[in-house]
Amino acid sequence: MRARVLVRPKAGILDPQGVAVERALPALGFEGVANVHVGRLIELDVEDPSQLDAMCQKLLVNPLIEDYEILEHS
Amino acid sequence: MKFGVIRFPGSCDEVDAVLACERVPGATAQILWHGDADLHGVDAIVVPGGFSYGDYLRVGAIARFSPVMESVIAFSREGGLVLGICNGFQVLCEAGLLPGALLPNVGLRFLCRQVNVEVVQSRMPFTADMSVGERLSIPVKHTTGRYYAPAQDLERLDAHGQILLKYANDGNPNGSSNDIAGVSNEAGNVFGLMPHPEHAVDPLTGSTDGLKVFLSMAHAHG
Repeated sequence: MRARVLVRPKAGILDPQGVAVERALPALGFEGVANVHVGRLIELDVEDPSQLDAMCQKLLVNPLIEDYEILEHS
Repeated sequence: MKFGVIRFPGSCDEVDAVLACERVPGATAQILWHGDADLHGVDAIVVPGGFSYGDYLRVGAIARFSPVMESVIAFSREGGLVLGICNGFQVLCEAGLLPGALLPNVGLRFLCRQVNVEVVQSRMPFTADMSVGERLSIPVKHTTGRYYAPAQDLERLDAHGQILLKYANDGNPNGSSNDIAGVSNEAGNVFGLMPHPEHAVDPLTGSTDGLKVFLSMAHAHG
């Protein structure tokens, strides 16, 4: 099964990448942009999707600084 | 005293770390390869700076699972001295040997400059050769050096005297919580810092203050 894991910077922790993008967009003429955050998308083929959560906890995500969401697609 | 300095694929400061350890009178140092779980009987471990495993995924995330790190974790649980510098600090945080995590610098830029750090705790085994309030001139060179821990953890670190070094003079270069430059674990035998004491051991490069970290470790070892 093809799976996708979405990793986001944890809410409340300063995300300077998001801030930089948020400042860059109006400079290019795109107005009305707020709350930009830059995360990471991990795509992987897994035989046993029930292991995805453990993979996230152990390696793919640092739960102290990141939140994650497992998006499954067959 | 015998220091062991770990070399991961992508380490770049291990040679300077060996040279710094060897400046301690009576000490020797050897490189420990990341794929070898044998610590070869060393008395203390240095996890050096660099870009272990390319820093892929997150800084330190993959190095943390290398064979040598399993032995380092066991060594630290028995009270062995473990010093993590820069990328080594990141690896020790990922391994759960130190509290907190390192995030990208607030300014998002690679920083390479001499900074002043203030000694917050003078205690065995890493800062005993320094006095509280003393300022050390040591370089930083990193992109991911913003120390972060949740507010309640920061309070605990402070209460337990685990914050050993802070950036002095409002000179926090990276946005670290509470100006923290270096923290220890609760037991005190594991220490991580972003500045590079191994690059400040010779007057030729402007400062010998970094040597005090290695001398403290040697004195603690006895």
